[in-house]
Order: sequence, then structure tokens, then C-alpha cells
Amino acid sequence: MSPLAIREVWKGYGGEPVLRGVELDVQPGSLTAVLGHSGCGKTTLLRVIAGFERPDRGAIALADRTLDDGRSYVPPERRSIGYVPQEGALFPHLSVRENVGFGLSRRERRGQTVSRLLEMVGIAPLAERLPHELSGGEQQRVALARALARAPQALLLDEPFSSLDASLRGHVREEVHALLRAQGVTTVLVTHDQEEALSLADLVAVLRDGRIVQRASPAELYEQPVDERLARFLGAVNVIDARFEHGTARTALGALPLRRRTAEEQGAHAQAGAHTGTVMVRPEQLDVRRREDGDAAAGAADGLRGRVEQCRYYGHDALLHIRAEDDQGAQLLLARVSGEHALAAGTPVSVAAHGPVAALA
Amino acid sequence: MSVFAPTASVPGRWARAWSGRRRWPLVSILGAGIATALVALPLLFLVVEAQRSGWGEVRHLLLRHSVAVLLWNTVRLALACVALCAVLGVAGAWCVERTTLPARRVWAVALVLPLGVPDFVVGFGWVSIDHALHGYLAAVMIMTLSLYPLVYLPVAAALARGDGGLEDAARSLGLGPWQTFWRVSLRQIWPALLGGCLLVVLALLAEYGAFEIVQYRTFTVEIFTEFKLGFDTVEACALSLVLVALSVAALASEHALRGRVRGGRVGAGASRPARRIALGRWTAPALAGVALLVALALGVPVGALVYWMARGSSSTLPPASIVAALAHTAEFSAAAAAIATALAVPVSALALRHRNRVTLLVERLAHLPLALPGLVVALGLVAFSVRYAFALYQSAPELIAAYAIMFLPLALVGVRAAMAHAPVHLEEVAGSLGRRPAAVWMRVTLPLIARGLAAAFALVFASAATELTATLLLHPTGVNTLATQFWAYASELSYGAAAPYALLMVAISAAPAYLLTRRLAGVAPAERAL
Repeated sequence: MSPLAIREVWKGYGGEPVLRGVELDVQPGSLTAVLGHSGCGKTTLLRVIAGFERPDRGAIALADRTLDDGRSYVPPERRSIGYVPQEGALFPHLSVRENVGFGLSRRERRGQTVSRLLEMVGIAPLAERLPHELSGGEQQRVALARALARAPQALLLDEPFSSLDASLRGHVREEVHALLRAQGVTTVLVTHDQEEALSLADLVAVLRDGRIVQRASPAELYEQPVDERLARFLGAVNVIDARFEHGTARTALGALPLRRRTAEEQGAHAQAGAHTGTVMVRPEQLDVRRREDGDAAAGAADGLRGRVEQCRYYGHDALLHIRAEDDQGAQLLLARVSGEHALAAGTPVSVAAHGPVAALA
Repeated sequence: MSVFAPTASVPGRWARAWSGRRRWPLVSILGAGIATALVALPLLFLVVEAQRSGWGEVRHLLLRHSVAVLLWNTVRLALACVALCAVLGVAGAWCVERTTLPARRVWAVALVLPLGVPDFVVGFGWVSIDHALHGYLAAVMIMTLSLYPLVYLPVAAALARGDGGLEDAARSLGLGPWQTFWRVSLRQIWPALLGGCLLVVLALLAEYGAFEIVQYRTFTVEIFTEFKLGFDTVEACALSLVLVALSVAALASEHALRGRVRGGRVGAGASRPARRIALGRWTAPALAGVALLVALALGVPVGALVYWMARGSSSTLPPASIVAALAHTAEFSAAAAAIATALAVPVSALALRHRNRVTLLVERLAHLPLALPGLVVALGLVAFSVRYAFALYQSAPELIAAYAIMFLPLALVGVRAAMAHAPVHLEEVAGSLGRRPAAVWMRVTLPLIARGLAAAFALVFASAATELTATLLLHPTGVNTLATQFWAYASELSYGAAAPYALLMVAISAAPAYLLTRRLAGVAPAERAL
């Protein structure tokens, strides 16, 4: 089976285009997260895929069937694409059972399909309730069961967990993830929550200003974002001056190996010899050691000398703001240490870094 | 095509307005087109008819001395009634919503119920017990007692949902209760008060029956009489243009006075209901005042009807069947309510679902009858049918069309509120679940808006069933409705014969009036203004 393919899709509502040539392939059975700030065009993209909106330009195909290419157009009800909008959008006048069975034929509704689905999402005892009698998490599960009832070829989830309480969110997210894995349904999920995207998806596509700026596995995205703005969106980051030499970056924190992709890119430049730039070091790549007073005189061959300026304590870990004492282009560093190693403000420390780093364009 | 300003882009604005959505909602466009044409028809033919004699003649007609008298009569009546309705409406709403008045829930309903008594029935009730009542003061009293609920309803709704936090803040900043009322509370209810006053003015401009009963000559009475006596459509249509101009002026001044004031809240945080002011030793006077108002507005007219009905009375008119009149009323009103509601659905759906300049213009146009008194709508249709389709003149379809046009704005209020219960994303989800648009409409949209549609239907039905002016002009010869039969008896002073017809009309419109107090408070008092 061929993937869900989105080709050069443009869409606007009279003013500035919202989507500007979006390209995306979603492999069968995989979960792709479209990550972006609110207003970046995420929901518009989903609505175009579902067929609620028609793109101004571009084409959409699913399993070798053209859904919309400007000339031919398949309406939503014939696309076999399930859609779970924000807040679930259950039909308020229908019971849970009727909601789940909505897309099924009369004969299918009488069979076991609905009961099996309710069982699957764990809401069988609530079958006769009306939507307003359900909690947010339960509504979300009903909406999912309803979308899965017709065994769609693809499933679209629009910020499915954002309306849930923080305490409930993680739990429902895990359940939905397990369910989608078990069903093996091709899924596109849009979210503004980078943690959600990184933890759930096989592949993350970052949508910014109507374009996909990067499409990569969660780990690759986190470790090698295309630019500093994306790096900061995905989590805290230290940007440090570096000199590139033969696959290594020489920095105030020592010589650090470059990641492969970065190294290849730098290889082209390196023909002319060494040159300078910046690298990205995540806070958890820094090793922080308390510096005894005696060490001061001994010099610090193994790390950058600094002092803890501030300590944000989160329980499981702590984020240290460290002010470097020598002036080598790294004034303020962020370091993540485990909670038990939190250091009080004012503590003298030495900082080293480990692991490969990515150069920033 | 000047509305569609050409732009440099290709495809143009017009094409893009419709290309955004997946399908042309053909049925909706058709329905909205019919609604627009229907609404534009009376005004169009009014103008065509009026200029038949040439504009010079029209100007001559309008500059007659009597026109100035009529204008003065109409304006001084409007000023007095608006002032009195505003005072009574705000005072009543304030007592019910913001004080510890005893039996508040009873008064909340009783103060609105006069809305269910047609103005000409109020006039009839008062005059039937005191024949000396006539002229300016009688007109002011009767219209004030009939129309103050139009101010009371929106103001009470605004007070009920108002934020008590603002008043608390004013008190903490050193303002006394009266200063707080003038500087804070009144600002909050200002848009509701203005809206209510506008409805009062529009109702006054449209009224015929009550003024005929108390022998007070306004524009509407004059036009009606001239047309009935002389059957001069040209002259009647020319005078009607003044009436339309007055209505438009009222709408425009309300718009200007409302300005940029917003009644809503600024900032986040939950709104708190206001504290009620303890009346203390003012309890008895307040209670007496509210009771007196209800007694005068509701007790006297309904009491008079019951009295005359119990006394019975013979009439010199041929005996008429009240059952037949009721059947005709129900038939015409139900047809009109069905048409108005059905036309309001596509207009609202397009304006909400396919929002662009064209659909918004259509929605605005559909509200045009707000500025058209029933008499004007009727004259426009008469002009049309007499010149171009005589078979329609004084036929049932013509009367039904007049009702449907007059009460389309009322249906729109109800249908728009109903559409809010069927958000578009539910239809989209239903589509993604494999349902075709017609099935989505039947299984999702219709069940969700059915209650709202029923309410809109009921409001239009009751308004049409108690309509007098247009009915007198358009009803098929020999076919009497409750209103026309009542009018026939009342005109020859057969009070006992007329009373049952009036009581039936009160009964028919009492239910929607009660409904208003419960569900549509604040938005639907347009009923009587139409």
C-alpha cells in the first residue's frame, strides 16, 4: 500500500496563504506528528487532507488514489479518512453507542462491531450515556472509537489531548498510542506540544509559516534540528562558539565530536581548512562537578570554570544556570542534572560536555 | 456588481469566496435567493407605484399641511411612549433582577405577559369600559402599557447576566447606590435599553388598530384610511415612503447612539451575579407599583374581555363562526410560520457557514422588514398584485406571503440561535464518517436545531395570528380571521361578540410570550415590533 502523500499543497483564506507548498509522506501504519505553534497551519492541513477544505494548489493522494488535485475531488464521506477534531465533537443528541455506530450501516450497527470497539477503548459500561455525561478523557475515547469504526485507511487527530487535564493527558495519550499501534492505522496527529510529538510519533514533521521545515525521527529532530529557532522550540539549548577541524568542534567545553550529518556538511567546507561557527549543546549533555577551593589553583584542565547563578528545581531533575568565569564565548550555560545533584546558587563548579554535537547553520 | 470590488488577483474575489468550501450549497443559495427576492418585493413595488404619478406630484403630496400634522402627531407620541416605556421597563427590570422584591419569579412572568395581548385589544379593553378615552393621552397610555415589555425584557436579561463585580468595585471606590446605578449599572444595560426603545418606536410607527380605536391620527392610520376610502394606491404608497423613512431614521439613530459601547466584560475571570439590594421599608411601595403596572397592562384589558364575554351581546352583523375564523387564522399563520422558518434556515446557514460579503449582505437584507410596517408590506404587495398579477390580489397566498415577509426577521432571530446548537464541525465529522450531505442534515443538523426551529415557528405563528393591519388589507373577501372578525364586531361596538375572538388571540400569543421570558429573553422581543 502506498502512503498518504501530500504534494505542494497551498491554501489561503483570501489573505496571506496559510499553507505554502506543504510536502509530506506518511508511511502505512506509522504515526506522524505535525508539530507547530498555534496559527502555523496545522489544523488547515488536516482539514485539507480530510476534504473539508480544498487546497488552492497541490495534490493529495491516499493509497494511490488521488483525493484532490485541483480537477478531481473526492468528498470527505468517500475518502475513508477518519477525523478526530479537538474536543472530540461527539453528536450531543446521540448516546455513546449511537455515536460510535454513526458511520456504520444498519446491519453493521446491529452486529458486534460497536460493542467490540467500546470494549477496545475501555468504555463498554458507558454505552448508553449521552456525551455530556462523560468526562473529557471518555469523550476523547468515544471520538476515537467512532473514527475507527469504519476501519479508515488513515486517521487524523487534531490536538486530541490538549483539552484534557494535565493529570489525565499522559494516561490517555499512552492508551491511545497503544491502541493505534495495535490497529496499525496510518495516523497524522497535529500538536503544539513538542513533548507529545517526540514521545508518540514515529516521525515528526515541523510546520512553520505554512511549510514543513524538517521531517525526521524524534531523536534526530531533537539532536539535529535544522536551525536554532527549532532547537529552542524543542527544548532548552546552549549555543556555543566552535572551530571545526576534521569532524570535531573545538569549544570552551573542550573538543566535541560532530554528529554525522553535521560532519558531512562541514566536510564540504573543511576542504579549505578549519573554520568557525556555532554548535548546539543540550543541557543534559553537560557534566557539572562541584569545584573544591583547592582546585582553583590547580587549574582546570578538565572543564570550564563557573559558578551556579540560579538553580531551578523540578524534583526529578534540576536546571542550573551557570555563569562561566573565564571569557571564552560561553557566558551563561544551562545544565540539567538529576534532582539529587542540585547545587545551591553560588557553588563554584567546573563544566564539561559529552557526546556528539550538531553544528547550527 | 459594485459590491464585488474587482481585485488584481486571479481568480477574482467572487470566485474565491465560493471556492474555499468543498461544495456549492445549492439548496441554501436557492432558499436565500427566494428570501431576498421576497423581502425586496414590497419596497420595490412601493417605490414603483409611488413614482407612477411622477415625483413632482409626490412632492406636492408630501408637502401638504396635513403631512406636517401627522408627522407632529407621530413624533410627539413616540417621544412620550419611549420615555415612559424606558422608565417603566428599567424600573420593573431593576426591581425584579436586583432587589429583594417578594414573589420575583411571578412578577418576572407577569410583567412580560402584556406582550401577549395585541395592542388593539388593549385599546379595545380600555375604551370598552371608558368611552371618554380618546386622543393623544389615551394613545400614550395604551401604547405604553402595551409596549413597555419590549424594554423590560432585554434590560432584565442584561441585568441578570451583568457582572456584579463591577458594581461592587464602584461601591468600594466610594460611590453610593444611586451613583453606582447611574454611572455603572446604566452603562451596562445601555445597549439593551436602546434596543428595546428602538422596538417601541418601530411598533408605534406600524400600529394602526389601537390608534383607530382611540381616534388618534398617525401616519399609519392616515394611510390606511385614505387607501380604504379612496383606493388610491399611488397616494398611499407615496405617504408610505415617509413611514419607511421614519423607521429607517429610528434604526439609524439607535445605531448611532449605541456607538462603540460594549455591554460585555473586559478581561478574564468568572463573572459573579450581583448582590440584591434590600428594599426594606420600600418593599410595600415597590410591590404596589409593580402590581399596579400589571393590573393596568394585563388586568384591565383581559378583565374587560372576560366581562363582555360573560355579559354576552347581540350584534347586527350576520352571525359568524368562531371555529371557521380560528381555522382560517391557524391555516394562514401556520403556512406563514413554516415559510418564514424555512427561509430563515438557508439565510442563517449561509451567513454562519459560508461567511463572505455576499452572504452577509443577504442576511442584512433579510432583516429589512424590521423597518417596514405591516401596512407598508401590505401596500407593496397590493401594488404588485393589482398591476401585475390580479389573480393574487386579496388571495390567501398573498396574505401568507405578507406574514412571511413581515416576520422573517423574527424567524431569523430564533433560527440563528438554533443554529448555534449545530456547530459546523459536527457536520464535518459526520461527513468524514461516510455520510452524504443529505444524510448529515437529516441525522445531525435537523435533530440539533429542531427545538429552536419549533420556537421560531411558534413566535411567527403567534405574531401572524394576532396581526391586524396587513390582514385587513389582504384577507380574501368573505374569509375572516380572528383579527378581522374581532375588528368587524369591535367597530360596530358589539363588545360581547368581539370579546371571544380577542380572548382566543390572547391565548394563542400568551404561550410564546411566556416562552420568551424563559428561553429567548434578551434577543427575541422583536416579536411585537414587526
